[in-house]
Amino acid sequence: MSSPADLTLAEAAAALRAGALSARELLQATLDRALLTEAELHAFLTIDHERARAAADAADEVLARGETTGPLHGIPVAVKDNMVTAGVETTAGSQILAGYIPPYDATAVTALKRAGAVIVGKTNLDEFAMGSSTENSGYGPSANPWDTGRVPGGSSGGSAAAVAAGSAMIALGSDTGGSIRQPAALCGVVGMKPTYGLVSRYGLIAFASSLDQIGPISRTVEDAVTTLEVIAGHDPLDATSYRGEYPQYRSSLERGVAGLRVGVVTELAGEGISPDVLSACRSVVDSLAEAGATISEVSLPSMEYALSAYYLIAPAECSANLARFDGVRYGLRVEGATVEEMTARTRAAGFGPEVTRRILLGTYALSAGYYDAFYGQAQKVRTLVIQDFTKAYEGVDVLVSPTSPMTAFELGSRTEDPLSMYLVDVCTIPSNLAGAPSISVPVALDVASLPIGFQIMAPALGEEVLFRVAAEVERASGWNDRRPPLVEADHGV
Amino acid sequence: MEYEAVIGIETHVELATDSKMFCGCPAHFGADPNTNVCPVCLGLPGALPVPNEKAIEWIVMIGLALECEIAHRSQFHRKNYFYADQPKNYQISQFDVPVCSAGMLEIEADGRSTRVRINRVHMEEDTGKMIHIGGGGRIKDADHSLLDFNRSGIPLVEIVTEPDLATPQQARAYAQEVQATVLALGVSDAKLEEGSMRFDANVSLRPKGTGRLGTKVEVKNMNSFRSLERALTYEIERQTAALEAGEQIYLETRHWDESAGVTGGMRSKEESSDYRYFPEPDLVPIEITDTRRDAIRQGLPELPAARRSRFASLGLDPASVAVLMSGGLELAGIFEGACEAGADPKTIANWVTGEVTAFLRRESVQLGETPLTAEHLFELERLCAAGDLSSTAAKQVLVGVLAGEGSPAIVARARDLIQISDAGALATQIDQVLADHPEEYQRLRDGDAKIIGYLVGQVMQITAGRADPKVVSSILAEKARG
Repeated sequence: MSSPADLTLAEAAAALRAGALSARELLQATLDRALLTEAELHAFLTIDHERARAAADAADEVLARGETTGPLHGIPVAVKDNMVTAGVETTAGSQILAGYIPPYDATAVTALKRAGAVIVGKTNLDEFAMGSSTENSGYGPSANPWDTGRVPGGSSGGSAAAVAAGSAMIALGSDTGGSIRQPAALCGVVGMKPTYGLVSRYGLIAFASSLDQIGPISRTVEDAVTTLEVIAGHDPLDATSYRGEYPQYRSSLERGVAGLRVGVVTELAGEGISPDVLSACRSVVDSLAEAGATISEVSLPSMEYALSAYYLIAPAECSANLARFDGVRYGLRVEGATVEEMTARTRAAGFGPEVTRRILLGTYALSAGYYDAFYGQAQKVRTLVIQDFTKAYEGVDVLVSPTSPMTAFELGSRTEDPLSMYLVDVCTIPSNLAGAPSISVPVALDVASLPIGFQIMAPALGEEVLFRVAAEVERASGWNDRRPPLVEADHGV
Repeated sequence: MEYEAVIGIETHVELATDSKMFCGCPAHFGADPNTNVCPVCLGLPGALPVPNEKAIEWIVMIGLALECEIAHRSQFHRKNYFYADQPKNYQISQFDVPVCSAGMLEIEADGRSTRVRINRVHMEEDTGKMIHIGGGGRIKDADHSLLDFNRSGIPLVEIVTEPDLATPQQARAYAQEVQATVLALGVSDAKLEEGSMRFDANVSLRPKGTGRLGTKVEVKNMNSFRSLERALTYEIERQTAALEAGEQIYLETRHWDESAGVTGGMRSKEESSDYRYFPEPDLVPIEITDTRRDAIRQGLPELPAARRSRFASLGLDPASVAVLMSGGLELAGIFEGACEAGADPKTIANWVTGEVTAFLRRESVQLGETPLTAEHLFELERLCAAGDLSSTAAKQVLVGVLAGEGSPAIVARARDLIQISDAGALATQIDQVLADHPEEYQRLRDGDAKIIGYLVGQVMQITAGRADPKVVSSILAEKARG
């Protein structure tokens, strides 16, 4: 074995329970890994050594009594910096929240702590989760552990990079249009967006409330299941929180795909997708067929409009969600002669160009005289997308596609052209519009040795079937928790 | 040309729920600034709203009391505008699908009854409070402003009429009827002076008899029913003068200046705001089934109109009923309390609309601030009925009770007002009067019954009004018969 930082959650949890490893040792290995990689990756905005050590020591005390507090007992976890953490700076990657210390924990963070997790720190992201490369962070971009000249994807790029590099065993991300799955694909880790409402959004700094969902980033499908089971659950503080049953998903992992009907989305399997990505995904589909699944092609005609609809709905919601950052009560304040001037200056100084662009787009889309043509029309497309999915799921159990049309691109290569950046999300956005679960599983490397992610989509609340297929894809691809070159040097240390 | 006014009223009612609309913070007045706050009502990053079910139930009650249709499924919207007292810079309100719509409230004014159509009743949240320091106390010239978010997120119900009111008197009657209704439902303090009930009026003029609506002006900042009536009277005069001078009426918001007795324009650069309403994605639609609506309807208390006709059926005249039903329903409450205890309604109504009302006006206090209770009124009425107090003495006792001198019995004794009805006890005084008035005594003995009244008056005088005139009179009558 190399560094404990390279263990999966399942392995580490077993070692901790067996007494082969202490939480303090595991945390130290994780912090050492961060020390080794952060200069190049910049996956974290905050690493909270003091609190993390205290939490690890507390976990060890409990272990010494032969007990554990939950499934994440002693596990080093990273949290995307758009989830508030009591007493720990939370910026959402924006200068407008520089120095902001929240007074409360997000419900998902509380759930992690209750399950015994050791929170290592807060990870970098595109400002307010708006972006696909982490280059929109107000604190500088993160890099991809597979090639530090390339982006880790976004917006949860810091979380994906940290998990890939071993500076966190698992991480929380948030996914509004692919922000968990796309960086997971680009960093060669598993990223899962649950059904809307399954994980409380309380304490998640909102980007687009009707699309935002917190989910796990991990090295294996099993670890994603473990994490999701911890953070999912009804929360009375979130009115959109799901009120029904929350099943266990673990049994899905070994069930295989025999008899399952898998639909390949026609619109996401051709034009605009890189050849390496396409061929890797085709061979995954072939292996699913070998494992007993029935494969068919399914057309979702509304996919063509999904991206456009998304880029009206999400900015519209964000234009209201970000209105509260006005310099009056917290965060940045640039003084002015009047309240209006102070607020205008504060927002001009605090928001980066992409956030500003989306606020403007959204404000415009909601304006009198434009509402019907833009926001209203986009909501109709959203309904069509949902109808397309509903119809498709009459014939198949899951839908599959590439997670991202391309592997990790070079830092700076798309920043000048926002539209080309938006196109990166074409495969992931439909699930957000439908509020349905979706997962990205790493399956292969392209010619440049960059990871390729395979996306599985299921109907709302279809997590069980989603994990069945994901586990099979993980087995069949032979990915086997491959590590990026950046950390191979640390092996055997 | 002769003009007629067209008036519509928007009423904001702060609900008296225990907690705020979208969080668990206490919704009460009077706490130290910024103590009843949490991440939700401060608009902190990540906080989410959760609707107060009690507030939803109460707005349905208001809607049903105003004979509205209750939507099976209604929706919260975000109303977007920047203002420092609004922590999220959007207000969670309602837009195209309010909880209640198409209602009606009947009012009495200008000597006739008018049916005022209610356009909608919707649910929203209140803003924080700004206190401007320095300058004229207005935001424009203030040195700095202080913010108190205790009020932020208090449930607010907005009741909007159709433009069905024609005179300031009708507007006032409507406002009073809304207040009486809300108070009867027990869902708000409805105190104008504290701002828990606020009225804004839209007023326009048109040539009498035409149907087209003129340009409307919104008038705000009326803190009493009287100022509502005054402001509208002023505004109608202002618009009439403007139109007669050939001037144009501008769509604007004007503030009523109570001390100057005028409305003033806000001179805002941008008069028509674009609030960019869109459905609030943090909240699911409000579902109200017929079953739930009907259950709420079953639980409605007696409404003012019904109460008014019940009072009338007790034999009270319309003027007394009107007084009892005014001023926050406190008078009606104490009246009913005394009647329920068994007192005579007419006597109680006379006292409440007479001495009590006069006392409250004289001392500028609310009934609740005096020690007077329904039990006191009942006790007082019993003392009268038993002949222990004359009706004149009773009124003096009532004032004493209101002034805090104690219960009616205590006040009556302390002020020495207990009526002497015992014939034995009165004999001495009567004999003295007869001795002092030999001439009249002679006429009495001669059987001149007309002299009895004069002699009774003399007895009343020397007993300082405490003698029971009926007893005195019958004793004298006996003596006349000889």
